[in-house]
Amino acid sequence: MSLAQRVGKNGIGWLLPALVIAGWEAASRAGVMPASVLPAPSAVAEAFWRLTLSGELIRNIGVSTARALAGFAVGGSIGFALGLANGLSTLSRGLTDTTLQMIRNIPHLALIPLVILWFGIDEEAKLFLVALGVFFPIYVNTLLGIQSVDPQLVEMGRVYGMDRSALFFRVILPGALPAIFVGLRYALGIMWLTLIVAETISASSGLGYMAMQAREFLLIDVVVLSILIYALLGKLADSLARLLERLSLGWHPAFQNG
Amino acid sequence: MTAASLTAARSFVATPGRPIGSVEGRRAFAFRHAGKRFGDKTVLDGIDLDVPAGQFLAVIGKSGCGKSTLLRLLAGLDRPTSGSLTFGVEEEGYSRTRFMFQEPRLLPWASVVENVEVGLTGIAIGTEARHRALDILGEVGLADRADEWPSVLSGGQKQRVALARALVGHPQILALDEPLGALDALTRIEMQQLLERIWIAQKFTAVLVTHDVAEAVALADRVVVISEGRIALDLDIPVERPRRRGSVELARLEGKILDRLFG
Repeated sequence: MSLAQRVGKNGIGWLLPALVIAGWEAASRAGVMPASVLPAPSAVAEAFWRLTLSGELIRNIGVSTARALAGFAVGGSIGFALGLANGLSTLSRGLTDTTLQMIRNIPHLALIPLVILWFGIDEEAKLFLVALGVFFPIYVNTLLGIQSVDPQLVEMGRVYGMDRSALFFRVILPGALPAIFVGLRYALGIMWLTLIVAETISASSGLGYMAMQAREFLLIDVVVLSILIYALLGKLADSLARLLERLSLGWHPAFQNG
Repeated sequence: MTAASLTAARSFVATPGRPIGSVEGRRAFAFRHAGKRFGDKTVLDGIDLDVPAGQFLAVIGKSGCGKSTLLRLLAGLDRPTSGSLTFGVEEEGYSRTRFMFQEPRLLPWASVVENVEVGLTGIAIGTEARHRALDILGEVGLADRADEWPSVLSGGQKQRVALARALVGHPQILALDEPLGALDALTRIEMQQLLERIWIAQKFTAVLVTHDVAEAVALADRVVVISEGRIALDLDIPVERPRRRGSVELARLEGKILDRLFG
């Protein structure tokens, strides 16, 4: 594929957002859309520039990203570890799976009042909520991935003398990887969602806090800017996950002509 | 067989280290009154089978007669519930039994050559493993596909990779569980010839479980028919190699086996 074709293929996804923004700008200029409802994209761009110059935007994005990644690291590792343990050991699964399935059915955002009572509005509250949110997609998909590894391949590995660690690293983990990536992408979405809600409700810094402050002062351009930045950050995280997926699943027929 | 593949077979005989000829006259394995029960269902009963090293044995029987169980016992995937299974003296540095499955069972996330290296688990690693794997891939005619993913290979090619994986560790016994059953008729004959050629070159003991009586008499030195968990017929195939498919002699032996199976 030539560079132009590649750009064209990836660029087509950006066509619709660009059209929406152009239409929105036109509607604002024509006065169809009052600035008190939705400011023009140019006004949002101005806000972006203003906040970038003051350093406020970068700082808040940094704070939010750090929170998101920390919560993701904690919840993701626990989910991955438990998914592996329960996929590999029937004893571990017997012990914990029922409990985990019960907890899974509680919407984690319903815990916000409790979390505020426990942790106040400090960092721990956000970390806890994000970790809880990303835990389940990672856990469920890791477990599913391990359980769906072809038992014939596992038997082949045994017959050919693989020990437990070789069997895990050469047969079970690669076989579970496609499902683990599904969990990863899903978890990244949940990660941003949880963080936005948590920051909107209780925070003293971060993107959600910035949006809430702007609402207090009726700075609607900043509110819209925060929302757009969430969209971009979510897309960025998803693109990174897809890149990782392409790099590590090159053997998969679904990724061989992409 | 092409001239190139003949040369390849000869060069294989010349591989140093393998004490060719010394395997003659020794025993590869022996079942002594061996039986296998699953719960109260008897699958194999009173099997006595003495197989000399280097023999090509075919095991035939209807579905569910216990022939695959026999192979699983041989490969150590199951243990006999009565009687015994003993092996001949193990040679230094060679894997004892290798199993070739009905399906290729290649790791989709490993390249062709890496899949062959699986057959060297615990035997060789690193560049030595890579060299041995590439050599045997040349032997089965897939040297130029070494770096590809298994998903792009045809069914026959996948099974050739599986054969290379089974043979790369120079097993003393190769157990084959209907490995050619899923291939089309022409690919199947090609694979039979490849198998025979490599068997002649490597001198391992081959135990082939098959449904196909013609395949059994074309390839084997000896055919064992299993019926209801017992050996119903034990027949030598004293036909010179290379054998001509469809010859009167093979047809007569084939008829004899079919009579025993359905008589």
